[in-house]
Amino acid sequence: MKYIVRRLGLFLITLLAALTFNFFLPRLMPGNPAIDMLSRLESKGHLGPQALHTIEIALGLNKHTSLLHQYVQYLGNAATGNFGISYTFFPAPVSKEILEALPWTLGLVGMTTVIAFLLGTFIGLISAWFRGGRLDSALPPLFVILSGFPYFWFALLCILLFGVTLNWLPVSGGYNTSLLPDWDWTFVGSVLSHSVLPALTIVLTSIGGWTLTMRNNTVTVVAEDYVRMARAKGIPEWKIMWHYAGRNAMLPNLTGFGIQLGFVVSGAVLVEYVFNYPGLGWMLLDAVSNQDYPLMQALFLMITVAVLVAVFAIDLLTAVLDPRTRDSG
Amino acid sequence: MVAGEAALGEAVGADLEVAGRLRGRGARRGMARMLLGNGKAVVGACLLGVFCVLAIIPGVIAPDNPNAEVFKPALPPSLAHLLGTTAYGQDVFSQLIWGARASLIVAFAAGAAATAISVVIGVSAAYLGGLWDGALSLVTDVLLVVPAFPLIVVIAAYTNGANLLMLIVVLVVTGWSFSARQLRSQMLSLKRREFLEAAKSRGERRSYIVIFEALPTMTSLVIACFLSSALYAVLAAAGLQFVGLGDPSSLSWGTMLYWAQNSSALNTGMVLWAVMPGVCVAMLGASFALLNYAFDEIGNPALRPVRIARARGRRRG
Amino acid sequence: MDDRRVLTVSGLSVDYLTGSGPVRAVDSVDLELEAGEFLGIVGESGSGKSTLLYAIAQLLTPPAEIAAGSVEFLGRDLVQLTRAQLRHSRWRDFSVVMQSAMNALNPVMTLEAQMRDTCEAHTEMRSEEIHARSVEVMRLVGVDPIHLRSYPHQLSGGMRQRAMIAMALLFTPQLVIMDEPTSSLDVVAQRSLMIQVKRLQERLGFAVIFVTHDMSLVGGIADRLAVMYAGKLVEVGPTRDLFSRPLHPYTRGLLEAFPSIQAVRQRLIGIPGSPPDLARLGAGCRFATRCTDAIEVCAATDPPAENIDGRTVRCLRVKGWLGHAEQ
Repeated sequence: MKYIVRRLGLFLITLLAALTFNFFLPRLMPGNPAIDMLSRLESKGHLGPQALHTIEIALGLNKHTSLLHQYVQYLGNAATGNFGISYTFFPAPVSKEILEALPWTLGLVGMTTVIAFLLGTFIGLISAWFRGGRLDSALPPLFVILSGFPYFWFALLCILLFGVTLNWLPVSGGYNTSLLPDWDWTFVGSVLSHSVLPALTIVLTSIGGWTLTMRNNTVTVVAEDYVRMARAKGIPEWKIMWHYAGRNAMLPNLTGFGIQLGFVVSGAVLVEYVFNYPGLGWMLLDAVSNQDYPLMQALFLMITVAVLVAVFAIDLLTAVLDPRTRDSG
Repeated sequence: MVAGEAALGEAVGADLEVAGRLRGRGARRGMARMLLGNGKAVVGACLLGVFCVLAIIPGVIAPDNPNAEVFKPALPPSLAHLLGTTAYGQDVFSQLIWGARASLIVAFAAGAAATAISVVIGVSAAYLGGLWDGALSLVTDVLLVVPAFPLIVVIAAYTNGANLLMLIVVLVVTGWSFSARQLRSQMLSLKRREFLEAAKSRGERRSYIVIFEALPTMTSLVIACFLSSALYAVLAAAGLQFVGLGDPSSLSWGTMLYWAQNSSALNTGMVLWAVMPGVCVAMLGASFALLNYAFDEIGNPALRPVRIARARGRRRG
Repeated sequence: MDDRRVLTVSGLSVDYLTGSGPVRAVDSVDLELEAGEFLGIVGESGSGKSTLLYAIAQLLTPPAEIAAGSVEFLGRDLVQLTRAQLRHSRWRDFSVVMQSAMNALNPVMTLEAQMRDTCEAHTEMRSEEIHARSVEVMRLVGVDPIHLRSYPHQLSGGMRQRAMIAMALLFTPQLVIMDEPTSSLDVVAQRSLMIQVKRLQERLGFAVIFVTHDMSLVGGIADRLAVMYAGKLVEVGPTRDLFSRPLHPYTRGLLEAFPSIQAVRQRLIGIPGSPPDLARLGAGCRFATRCTDAIEVCAATDPPAENIDGRTVRCLRVKGWLGHAEQ
């Protein structure tokens, strides 16, 4: 399975690159913001020696050991989830905060991205199959224009329309904060109603991209000989659309999904910010405004890992769907 | 994965045989004509043109200093203030017109630089092959997967906000990889075409072959890449400025949105201030997106709008 | 109508709808085919031969469309049939073998799955029957049936082409249309495939229309040849006659370009110039600009198709050369 091994290799190398980036960045910054950070942190309360050590390694404050030694220690810390103490949520450790925000992001961003992808792929296929039809004439220009919209502005519009003007849906937070988190209908309902607008924003702004690429792929595939051949054999049209055109056109789209995931997540960060949705993205921007470096670095890492895992999952899926990848690599 | 992309690249060449025979000579003339005939291209180009004019001569339309906080704050739209005033007493309309400049500079500079890098890396990787291809592709893939916005946020946070130059640099570094990939796959499929082999057997140097033989055929793809890089730059820059990481003291649409958000403009009735800069970003983005799509259609003949034949009792698709 | 006549093409014309108006890629083609006959259509790239083929098989896609003419196959005009009626006839009565099996086979389905799709589309065969038939046709073309479980990219070029031919014979149709099926193979594989096709044809009795740019490939196998140039058929007749005594200057040029291994060594004479731009045709004979025998009237008058000596030729000078009286 050369292909899988290669993709796994890419996963690990990218992860290492992100970690290395995190390691070197504070050491390269002029004016040494890290020392600043440390004193601010200490002014908040007592830091245990272990926490202090972790932060020193992460921010480049430890001048006693060699760079290589620090690097190895940093990697070790990262592997065990030890990222130090958060300034914003003092004295909670960074890892705890991240784990609390993670499910919100996974739920919102994870699900909406998948929905947008599936829906977009389906619409793109249908639209290209009935070329020249009304769907095909109306959709591409519409989605092209939509793909030029900034995510966060769209979020603002939603807030304006549905929140402020119509007051149909809540526009802030992940749930009604007067409720206690619990597995009952009130809480779950609140979570759901708070997720409608953010989800809608993400789906509407990202669906355009999938639809367009799928449409273009399908158009190209339909011009291929094997579709013509299938027609020549008298195979029913719907079968050709699904099994001959669809399954082949989807493959580059799936690859594109992996590539675009980075962009989608980037947009989702802003959406969380605008809606005060308590996910990783919102926490990241919050950390930035507080100059909470340990938290910031760890969040960046977490987001990157999430994207990498998703991309790898897609690679596995591609191997299942495309027999050619299994044999090449 | 590679197979799917290569197939797409191949398909581009597939139609050229027939199309070439039927279209006759003058590919360059053909492109200009195709652009004019393409509705999306025309709309996109017009929009872009309008914004360019605004960026070059903003004083003609809005002569006053946009940053001057001389007016009464939070005024509703009127003849004197077409879009009302901000919470700090600035004319929103003025700000909007003058803000075009920063956004366009970022779009063109970052777009051009990112495209240049992606052409060099993408084409070289494909043409050189072997270890070079492996190494360059690895770098491209790594940069591609890492989520750009969080990366930019972290960098900007450490440098305490970014000025325009820093912003452009960061956008270029995170934005070139997408186009590099596409250019590489196109170059890979071109590599097998005969005219390149012919040049090689004539004894031409590799760099000559790449620059003078291969690149001209990829013109529409390069332009499409530029447009998508510019689009990315516009949206990413707006996002960064919106969260306050892009030099809030400068004037651009993104920073307008930042200040509007800070003053809770949506909730306090200054709706136009909060929304209009976004409209401009969206329109600029849309113009790039439309032009990009138009160039996609030009590059791949199969994507062009299909004329449904109406004569002779059509019943075949 | 002749009982053994399988196909009659009359005045078939195909237009490509381009931005600057329709371009006629195939112009008033007339063809006849008897049962079990092997007809070769020869022409250079861009002559319109593949377009003609797809037009006959009703497989044209926009921007190409049939502008005029009829294709009478087994008593029905295919051009006039509805999609549903046509679908019923497809593969059962006529099948197609395309140029590149790599492109003509669905890359994500096994060979057997693709054969099954075809069978299920037309019959009520049970899956064991389908499997048995698939094995049978694979054996017919000399490919080990174990490869039914393979994906197209796992087979060699020659095996893929044979698998395509096997698929074409699933319902033992009356007519098999082949579009340069050997051009992606090396010379040895080419020869072997051609022999196989001929053997199958003799055994199963189907008619073949074989399109190629290589005259020598079909020289020993085709019963009749049709030479195509710039969208028109310039000469049609029995293969042996064409080879021994070509009438049209273009046919002559083609033959002179292929040396014979057995004959005396001679200079290779190519045909200077290149085919005309179909979008900008003059009034006269399309071959006039490259023809060494062209005279003044050739550039002004488009030669009509004339029946001479058991052949159909489009050339104003042929009658003069043969000394025939005006008819």
